[in-house]
Amino acid sequence: MSVQSVSLVEAVRLAALQEMRRDPTVWVLGEDVARGGLYGQYRDFLPEFGAERVVSTPISESTIMGAGLGAALVGTRPIIEMRIFDFVMCAMDELVNQIAKIRYMFGGQAKPSVVIRMPHGIWRNSAAQHSQTLESWFVHLPGVIVVTPSTPADAAGLLVTAIRSDDPVLFFDPKNLFPVTGEVASVIEPIPFGKARRVREGRDLTLVSWSAIMPAVEQAAATLAAEGINVDLLDLRTLWPWDREAVCASVEKTGRLLVVHEAVEAAGFGAEVVASVIEDLGPAGIKAARRLGAPRIPVPFAPPLEDAVKVTPDKIVAAARGTMR
Amino acid sequence: MQPQHNIRRLVELYSAMCRIRAFETAALTAHKEGVIPGPLHVSIGQEGVATGVCLNLRASDRITSNHRGHGHALAKGAGVQGMMRELFGREGGHCRGKGGSMHIADFSVGMLGANGVVSGGIPIAVGAAQGLKMTKSDAIAVCFFGDGAINRGPFLEGLNWAALYHLPVLFVCEDNGVAAFTRTEAVTAGPGVIARAASLGVPGETVDGNDVMAVDEAAGRLVAEVRSGKGPRLLQARTYRITGHTSTDAAAWRDPAEVAAAKTRDPIEKLANLLSERGVAASEIDGIRSAAEAEMAEAVADAKAAPWPDEAIAYDDVQDVGAVAFGGRA
Ligand SMILES: Cc1ncc(C[n+]2csc(CCOP(=O)(O)OP(=O)(O)O)c2C)c(N)n1
Repeated sequence: MSVQSVSLVEAVRLAALQEMRRDPTVWVLGEDVARGGLYGQYRDFLPEFGAERVVSTPISESTIMGAGLGAALVGTRPIIEMRIFDFVMCAMDELVNQIAKIRYMFGGQAKPSVVIRMPHGIWRNSAAQHSQTLESWFVHLPGVIVVTPSTPADAAGLLVTAIRSDDPVLFFDPKNLFPVTGEVASVIEPIPFGKARRVREGRDLTLVSWSAIMPAVEQAAATLAAEGINVDLLDLRTLWPWDREAVCASVEKTGRLLVVHEAVEAAGFGAEVVASVIEDLGPAGIKAARRLGAPRIPVPFAPPLEDAVKVTPDKIVAAARGTMR
Repeated sequence: MQPQHNIRRLVELYSAMCRIRAFETAALTAHKEGVIPGPLHVSIGQEGVATGVCLNLRASDRITSNHRGHGHALAKGAGVQGMMRELFGREGGHCRGKGGSMHIADFSVGMLGANGVVSGGIPIAVGAAQGLKMTKSDAIAVCFFGDGAINRGPFLEGLNWAALYHLPVLFVCEDNGVAAFTRTEAVTAGPGVIARAASLGVPGETVDGNDVMAVDEAAGRLVAEVRSGKGPRLLQARTYRITGHTSTDAAAWRDPAEVAAAKTRDPIEKLANLLSERGVAASEIDGIRSAAEAEMAEAVADAKAAPWPDEAIAYDDVQDVGAVAFGGRA
């Protein structure tokens, strides 16, 4: 099978393209999607699939979300494009009270087979309403899958799985990584949910992360290696389900755990990972366990203020050193 | 030519529009130079709407705006230095570097904020009107939003609410025919914003938003009605956004002929021509424009030279109780 080097945005474009070619019930709705989407993630979809399957909608987030659900109930597979994660706030009822509950509430009669795409994260000084990472909210929400890829290949493979999934999938495109390139197979195979990817093998410290902060984490891991601290680096890729086994197995080996996320540290998913590992291995099996996230402040606009909020390679290195004492 | 417009008023309107144009032109240039970070949404071509409406407001009146809010802020009297510094993300910005262009605000002049969420300002204006009414103020609220915003629930909810509680709010729909990169008519059913307002009991009228005198006249009347307790009103101002959606959007999808035609209806040029027909010397007309340009060039120079905000400022203004201290644990 041939591979090609493409940007992350092209990788997810190819994945959606492949699935729309494979399955005529897959379609996409959202603002400006017929024009190719805000980032070009649906470029050239309109000429190939037509306006019935590539639906540029009004600025009506609650109906984009709710109509996506309705269309799933009659057997189609909508990709619901939210443009920028923060606008999902305008569709919270449809997501939280309807999509996430409908299968359970109706005793298994409903099949909410939707993919909700929500490009999230800090991005080009876009300030507090266009920069949020709130993925942990949705891990707390029963009924949904939470996908947080960081590489072109993972994003493509997980998007394929998401589109084929009967469960509602919250797919967090890491918008700041859209230009990052990587190899993607010409036929994109699905990647199962709940399987972490080992980025680096090491025996000193288990480092766990996901989504747009991954390049900073990898950079930190390289710095630490130069200092003689070899990290076992895992990209969780999906937060629900998440690869608890892989993380625990790694910490069993290293005895130390650091979880890093772009999101606010307080009540972030890092807390869940740390607590789960402590529960599974017992406090005696662990020498250190901590999280590193953003301070509990909104994302500010000005570059020096935004930098103050961001989790950086330096901060990750410092936190990692802290766990080695 | 409208008789009620004496030369003094025309000059006032002209000067206000020139200031908005000069501010945004200077900001666009600075953004292209890379000294203004983040997205920049300018309203070049739409200045007649902000101007014609806000010049009928009092200092105590409040406005809310959308993502394209520089003009609304300036016309309402927001300080230029604080605005430009905010766009640059420098110390001394109205929002202390936390908001930037998309969240420009100057509460000291009743400008309650631009908004990064389409139609986000509508319920806020309605609530401001409710609070003003409750406290027996004679101030009113004005809400600026685009034609793209009328397809979100808050528009319908807000109008219904304002009519139901008979609130002193003027809704101003800046109808530039587009929403981001899409022609609004392609995603909007029915006869439009006026009919929607009417169906909820909010009387509305349409003006040519590129004719600042028409906007001034209509807004003056509607503001007076709203202020006198007649309930909410809606003004639809048809206009044209000459530039793209954001500073990085060349709007190449538009027919160049359409843009060229729109430029012939430029509200500033139109008024300059009228001023000259009414006997104002060319030197005076040019002088107003160059004074605005000089003011904004100075604001840019000031912002460029201003220091960056201290990191610790990022931790201010979060909340009173339970805020994270700078350097403390998250
Ligand atoms: C709730 C929400 N959905 C989508 C967006 C993205 N967006 C920003 S501006 C815009 C178009 C708004 O059109 P309109 O209100 O007509 O204003 P214009 O840009 O034409 O001035 C869109 C879709 C947003 N900011 N908020």
